Amino acid sequence: MNGGSGEKGSGHPAQPGRRRFLGDLARTACGVGVLGLGLGLHASRANALPAAAIRPPGALPEAEFLAACTRCGLCVRGCPYDVLKLAGLLDEAPAGTPYFVARTEPCVMCEDIPCVPVCPTGALDHALTDIHEARMGLAVVVDHEACIAFQGLRCEVCFNICPVRGKAITLDLQHNARSGKHALFIPVVHSADCTGCGLCEKACILEEAAIKVLPMRLAKGELGHHYRLGWEQKAEHGGSLVTPDQQHRYNLPEGVRYEHGGRGLIIDEGAESPYSDNPLDTLNRGLEPDR
Amino acid sequence: MSGGGKTGLTATLNRGWWQTRKWLVLRRVSQLGILGLFLLGPLAGVRIIDGNLSSSLLLDTVPMTDPLLFLQMLVAGFLVPAGTAVLGAALVMGFYLLVGGRVFCSWVCPVNLVTDAAGWLRLRLDLHGGINLARSTRYWMLALVLLLALATGSLAYELVNPVSLLHRGIIFGLGSAAFVALALFLFDLFVARRGWCGHLCPMGAFYGLVGAVSPVRVRADQRAACDDCMECFVVCPEPQVIRPALKGAEAGRGPVILAGECTNCGRCIEVCPQEVFAFGLRYPNRERGQGSETRSSPGLSKGAAT
Ligand code: SF4
Ligand code: SF4
Ligand code: SF4
Ligand code: SF4
Ligand code: SF4
Repeated sequence: MNGGSGEKGSGHPAQPGRRRFLGDLARTACGVGVLGLGLGLHASRANALPAAAIRPPGALPEAEFLAACTRCGLCVRGCPYDVLKLAGLLDEAPAGTPYFVARTEPCVMCEDIPCVPVCPTGALDHALTDIHEARMGLAVVVDHEACIAFQGLRCEVCFNICPVRGKAITLDLQHNARSGKHALFIPVVHSADCTGCGLCEKACILEEAAIKVLPMRLAKGELGHHYRLGWEQKAEHGGSLVTPDQQHRYNLPEGVRYEHGGRGLIIDEGAESPYSDNPLDTLNRGLEPDR
Repeated sequence: MSGGGKTGLTATLNRGWWQTRKWLVLRRVSQLGILGLFLLGPLAGVRIIDGNLSSSLLLDTVPMTDPLLFLQMLVAGFLVPAGTAVLGAALVMGFYLLVGGRVFCSWVCPVNLVTDAAGWLRLRLDLHGGINLARSTRYWMLALVLLLALATGSLAYELVNPVSLLHRGIIFGLGSAAFVALALFLFDLFVARRGWCGHLCPMGAFYGLVGAVSPVRVRADQRAACDDCMECFVVCPEPQVIRPALKGAEAGRGPVILAGECTNCGRCIEVCPQEVFAFGLRYPNRERGQGSETRSSPGLSKGAAT
């Protein structure tokens, strides 16, 4: 009773038999094709990792990771702090892949990174041997309005808990304009040193953390590759790369100067206002037909 | 053809309970034992084997990787996996090349417990009908799996693969995997006889291809003794593989079941009242009943009841 293939003795002449075989073939191919389309769509949707799910240390960039991770859970077993979870069928992360949620269970940044070498495929890159090189994500102070440091209150909890303290997060002193005499201690994260462990997010004292670890793709902007920052180029080069700018000359009316030092437009005191009462005169200056 | 409940009755009367259930029991012990070994870690902290069927580490030294998964990985574009995965895939592949690919299906895969239960219940309840799927559909599924990996650059099939979902679910405690098992059970029970493992599962298809060349086989050396009771066809999850070996004498076919789809479960061996079947090797593919080969006749056959 199993399909058309292989069953003989139906009594039909050869021609209809072959036709039925071809029909079955087409039917199967179509069925499987439709299934594949559905699966493909499901895959492309499911492969978008939600922002709250952070990959273990050493994880390859997401696209490669999804090709490399066999979903074996050896990393999960390897983690002594039960930080990592394997995504279930209904979780947002692709089924079977390892992740952690910083706010509930951050990575404690083990010296020996036991989760990495057990990964059989290298989906967690074995080249990562110094946990400080890990870039699981990047902490971002996402809410300047809720973070109490921005209100001028002392907190610094995230700063103090950070295992890369003083490098991944620094406190920037800023003038407190509200009181006029105090300082704000603003937490600032530096991507060169933040490992994305999430300890700061877990520790943030707010109901909902103002500092969050985001996957790199969400946390980082990217400058157009043709961009060059003049002062960096200049420093690299040891001097200006172009002939120094000529002082810009403005076409200014009598009695008006422009100071490049910072004061800007200066109208000589005592001089009569160079501007006519009629603004059209100013706009039309230089266009007078009878000049 | 005998009704569901009586299958194996004659054999049991002839040879007793154990001889007619030996391979079945050993198979269940193997399936549950392997699950148990995987569970020892998370449940009792005894680490004999870590991971799951996708990749695992035995005694902290022997790596194993599912070769189909490994293949998907390569197709998805991850061309330089760590040596562990390469070695692991080679070990597993080598093992199944030797003992028969679908030994994975009948002796290891946890889904087999589910689908066998459905198959058994279907016999018991004498359920018939359902949809007809071609047994070749699984090869289309296999092609689809690889195509998906190629197209998405990820192990897309692993999002839905019931085998790994279930195994992972049992070991890592992911509740929703139970629904996958239930769905497969109901599918096999009501929708298609032996529907999943016998017609659709791409892993089964892959291991079927692997097993097509492996030397360990079920042989029907005593096929002359067959009295057409059809019990083997009833118990076999892939009955189409039996006919060429059992009934192919006139057509000049040898007595060895050559089809890769045979799962080497051994049910036909023990259920046959005439003791036609036995485990053996692929060669020589001719009757061993005559000549000098009689004494080296392998496996269970203690001489057929001629
Ligand atoms: S570094 Fe340590 S805490 Fe972090 S995931 Fe790996 S094993 Fe777990
Ligand atoms: S150990 Fe590697 S392959 Fe296994 S689940 Fe973790 S990342 Fe994936
Ligand atoms: S995630 Fe937070 S705690 Fe961890 S390194 Fe970055 S700033 Fe520090
Ligand atoms: S712990 Fe939270 S509230 Fe406190 S400074 Fe850090 S981000 Fe702001
Ligand atoms: S056919 Fe698939 S699901 Fe069935 S036993 Fe084999 S691998 Fe497991």
